[in-house]
Amino acid sequence: MQALYAQLLVGLINGSFYALLSLGLAVIFGMLNIINFAHGALYMMGAFCAYFLLSLTGIGYWWALLIAPIAVGIFGMILERTMLQWLTGLDHLYGLLLTFGIALIVQGVFQNYFGSSGLPYAIPDYPKVGDWNGLQGGINLGFMFLPIYRGWVVIFSLVVCLATWFLIERTRLGAYLRAATENPTLVRAFGINVPRMITLTYGLGVGLAALAGVLSAPINQVRPLMGADLIIVVFAVVVIGGMGSIMGSIITGFALGVIEGLTKYFYPEASNTVVFVLMVLVLLVKPTGLTGRAA
Amino acid sequence: MTALTDDTLPTSPHAVRDEMIVFGIMTLLLAAVPWTSIYPFFVMQALCFALVACAFNLLIGYGGLLSFGHAMFLGTAGYCSAHALKVWGVPPELGIIIGTASAAVLGVVTGYVSIRRQGIYFSMITLALSQLLYFIYLQAPFTHGEDGIQGIPQGHLLWFFDLSKPTVLYYVVLAGFLAGFLLIFRTINSPFGEVLKSIRENEQRAISLGYKTDQYKLLAFILSGTIAGFAGSLKVFVAQNASLTDVHWSMSGEIVLMTLVGGLGTVFGPVVGAFIIIAMQQYLAGFGQWVTVIQGVIFVACVLLFRRGIIGEIAHFLKRSL
Repeated sequence: MQALYAQLLVGLINGSFYALLSLGLAVIFGMLNIINFAHGALYMMGAFCAYFLLSLTGIGYWWALLIAPIAVGIFGMILERTMLQWLTGLDHLYGLLLTFGIALIVQGVFQNYFGSSGLPYAIPDYPKVGDWNGLQGGINLGFMFLPIYRGWVVIFSLVVCLATWFLIERTRLGAYLRAATENPTLVRAFGINVPRMITLTYGLGVGLAALAGVLSAPINQVRPLMGADLIIVVFAVVVIGGMGSIMGSIITGFALGVIEGLTKYFYPEASNTVVFVLMVLVLLVKPTGLTGRAA
Repeated sequence: MTALTDDTLPTSPHAVRDEMIVFGIMTLLLAAVPWTSIYPFFVMQALCFALVACAFNLLIGYGGLLSFGHAMFLGTAGYCSAHALKVWGVPPELGIIIGTASAAVLGVVTGYVSIRRQGIYFSMITLALSQLLYFIYLQAPFTHGEDGIQGIPQGHLLWFFDLSKPTVLYYVVLAGFLAGFLLIFRTINSPFGEVLKSIRENEQRAISLGYKTDQYKLLAFILSGTIAGFAGSLKVFVAQNASLTDVHWSMSGEIVLMTLVGGLGTVFGPVVGAFIIIAMQQYLAGFGQWVTVIQGVIFVACVLLFRRGIIGEIAHFLKRSL
């Protein structure tokens, strides 16, 4: 049973990354009508940003959690201003091709300097409160041993996902955003700067990817290709869940992570492929995806 | 949905005639290669990829479907041919048939799943399906995982053509390429191809005219996959191995890049694009990962600056269809 719980936890953690990444993809797709192939590369940049902050300036994990998403988000906004905005009005597929090119460039540059091996990033050992050494160590829950950092990743991701959902579905800013998704021309007529909102939305989606990157740095090591395979799984998650609903992306992300974790326990050979197989099954039964509207 | 090729190419009454003339010139140039100092294996490799790119272009340029998983046909046919040739010891012609047939079967299955969604989702689904196959081939015993299938015997095609002789192999590959190319050319200019183009331009209208568009798209997908698989089988004789790189997503990306550079929806663009990308890989092999960076830069430049591609720009300049 210990092993089962451990795999469930791994599944939840992967699910957190799926949720954060597919959420960002959905938000970006809603505003820009672009599937951001560079999402995996930007996730990787988030992790590298945390690594550089620590190794070059000594700025630790907690600040990295704030700085990396902002820095990568700004990088993303520059990409949007300089390149993506020129694709308005063209077929969606050009956005996919352009961002694929950007992903190749970013990953290629990092691979040149850092090869393909992983760089270690330690779990933070501060603040020290009583017996707690930052997020190091673990708690014995009786039925399983819970490494604190892993529990933290799941809970923090969940909070960020729900906060994003709240921002988009329940605030005035989110209302503008949803309105601009439906009818940008009309929203512009009301005096709202839609191009700036598009840029900020891209920054937000990219920032979420970078945040996932920082969270994963102590678990998965920092590698130039850490996002390359992950993004394909996230695409499958997006196909399964559909991009119509924010909450749908979050739930699908976590659920698929858990299913993958369970597969690792019961039939490890299929753990790499289970998400893709599920995608095929969903397409056969309900082609529009579980929560999605028709494309 | 806006049309993919932003201005549709000018159509002249002599379009097919122009294209046949260019086809004749291309055939003569390619047939002359063994008498030049050009390394024949480079051209053979480029021809195989050119055929894959042409097959890919049939889907994107004429059907509006961007497959981001075409490497799965290349790789599957390669593995099946290689296994049949090496382990079962079948003659080359049967090896090619087995490889091509396996790609056709794969096309039926993956096509049935992926044409259920359009546009961007279609691309993501084909990418995910090819990644699924990648993991299967990584674990399946017959592919020998990371090592791949190596040292594949070339044998005698139809008991007569000794494929271990570079010149003979070259003409066999060239004949295969030309046959596949003509099949695609014929498809594009057939009534089937016209319906396909109408689906690309406006699927709803095609449906309202009574066409079962799903069947057309599925048939185009199977045809494209089968031809890509045929190219994959030919490639086995050139490279004498079958490995995981041929099923990897980066290979699918390269196929997309070749077609984009040459010109989406042009007849000869994918061929030119394939030669450029393969040549670039050969000459820049010493630069390691910078090749990936350069490919990315070409992607970005093509999308932002010249979406028509090389042949598309030339065709536009000459006001001809190429």
